Amino acid sequence: MNNSSDAAVRLDDVRKTYQTGEVEVQAVRGVSVEIKQGEFVALMGSSGSGKSTLMNIIGCLDRPTAGRYFLDGEDVSSLSRDELADVRNRKLGFVFQNFNLLARTSALENVELPLLYSDVAMTSAQLREKAESVLAAVGLEGRGDHTPSQLSGGQQQRVAIARALINDPEVLLADEPTGNLDSRTSVEVMGIFQSLNAKGITIIMVTHEADIASYARRNIVMKDGLVRNDMMVQNRLNAVAELERISAGDPLEAAV
Amino acid sequence: MTSKNFARRLRLASTFKIAARALRRNKLRSALTALGIIIGVGAVIAMVSIGNGAKAQVEAQIAGLGENIILIFSGSTTASGIRTGWGGAGTLKIEDAEAIRREVPQVTLVSEEVVSTAQVAAGNQNWFTRIYGESAEYFDLRQWALADGAPFTQQDVRSANKVCVVGRTTATQIYGSEDVVGQVLRVKNVPFQILGVLTPKGLSSQGTDQDDIVIMPYTSAMKRVLGGGTTLRNINAQVASSRDLAPAQQQIIALLRQRHNIREGRDDDFTVRTQEEIAAAATATTETMTALLAGVAVISLVVGGIGIMNIMLVSVTERTREIGTRMAVGAHGRDILTQFLIEAMTLSVVGGIIGIISGIVASKVIAMLKNWSSLISPGSIILAFVVSAGVGIFFGFYPARKAAQLDPIDALRYE
Repeated sequence: MNNSSDAAVRLDDVRKTYQTGEVEVQAVRGVSVEIKQGEFVALMGSSGSGKSTLMNIIGCLDRPTAGRYFLDGEDVSSLSRDELADVRNRKLGFVFQNFNLLARTSALENVELPLLYSDVAMTSAQLREKAESVLAAVGLEGRGDHTPSQLSGGQQQRVAIARALINDPEVLLADEPTGNLDSRTSVEVMGIFQSLNAKGITIIMVTHEADIASYARRNIVMKDGLVRNDMMVQNRLNAVAELERISAGDPLEAAV
Repeated sequence: MTSKNFARRLRLASTFKIAARALRRNKLRSALTALGIIIGVGAVIAMVSIGNGAKAQVEAQIAGLGENIILIFSGSTTASGIRTGWGGAGTLKIEDAEAIRREVPQVTLVSEEVVSTAQVAAGNQNWFTRIYGESAEYFDLRQWALADGAPFTQQDVRSANKVCVVGRTTATQIYGSEDVVGQVLRVKNVPFQILGVLTPKGLSSQGTDQDDIVIMPYTSAMKRVLGGGTTLRNINAQVASSRDLAPAQQQIIALLRQRHNIREGRDDDFTVRTQEEIAAAATATTETMTALLAGVAVISLVVGGIGIMNIMLVSVTERTREIGTRMAVGAHGRDILTQFLIEAMTLSVVGGIIGIISGIVASKVIAMLKNWSSLISPGSIILAFVVSAGVGIFFGFYPARKAAQLDPIDALRYE
């Protein structure tokens, strides 16, 4: 059963077919990929390439029509709706393009959210302590009482990352995490991802921007429901260095 | 097993926390939604309280007739097609009252009654008032005490003495004061000595002033005011306890049929009513009124419930992405269902509690302003509370189920 102990994600000829009326749409047409623990993968492709469908399957939001999916060695291809919810709660963390934070809710309460649905017994004080430590880890120490509307886009995405990390997930899934951010903030978010990855967290990130993908270690490019290209990144960008370069190139910002 | 139960309880506790946070995020909306229930429950409580108060008041007035009273009315008659109404036929004789006194053991007090109206005068003042002719037992029977002086006696009745007692209104209208014992009152120009002044009773349920009255021995009334005649308008009888009412009523009917020579199968020429029957007829009216008002109030409660459903539906649509996010981080459909049900129930139960309080306050204020009485029954409070919680579950279920059945992928992408 557990034949690939170091694989965080193993897809085995995964297919997804949608039935829209008479027409059958084959969104994913047989993908076999293995992502090891500690990897940082960018999943790329144009719209309609099947990358979002594949991401939904990896994220246990959707089930494959055919093929098998092992998450952390556990076959999750045919789990029920509630079982999938539990898997998401225990093993996955989500970061979305539009942050998906609860409005008029403090950063701390947003970060606590996954633990409220977990079966782990925690007191309110323990919850708060854990949420504060995760917020501090993404550089938002002391901002726990701010609501999303009081935070910048980059800060909101950090709150979302903190929320994704609070249950110590096997895999962090990010769907276009920089899509709503300016380029400098995007690099900052990539900096967080790179430092998390350096601590051993597996990250899978969907993006259509090639430069964002260059912060990852490995790029998987999809087209027409198949993996077109799967390669290690050659000239990997370092977010810390990039940030310094941006600051140096901008005298105003350098002065601040 | 126990750890699973524990986990489930923990999850429910979390869901309560989540629902409370969601309601707090939309304070104004939550308050306005609860307002529908507040008004509904408040209206039910206020209407039922005022209705019950009115009923209690009517019952008290009927009890004011005296306790365990049986009223015997003379029958009606038809002369040239004109029907006289009860008491008009003159079928009740003084001897009938005597027979009841003698032969119906349950009866403790009897008062022969004749009624008239007359112009009364003293000095240069005069006044038009009601004249009641009664026996000396009347004051005990009606539990009507005197404020001043003394009632007339059996001796006064036997001798048809020219004595009377007066109500407060009559006294003040003629003499300008209540200190009238010993004064002479002319009734149809016959001088009567005033023996006493009655304690005031106020308005009757029909709005007549019960203190505008002159009461004298029925013998005197028949002889000096009505100008002869031997028939009574009615006989008032009292029995010792309410258990005796029905048997006494039966015996009186049998006795009077025998005395009036009414054959088997012919109608009575008199009517016998117990106080209970009169009370039932009077309270039936207020009960109908209460039911009607409560019905209107229940409709407003239902409208409040629909308000909750409406807001919850809007809320589910508006919070689709939130629901998707919750599902993505591990919420089950059941967690979402429970959350929205708790939200709806919290609104309706909190609204219900505030509604009960404001209903009580409103009924007290209305009762005070209108000089009505209100009676708050614990039953109506419990009922209102249960109904408001039920409204929350009933009207909250559909939106909650709609939320629980959302697909997380679609919900996350919802704009």
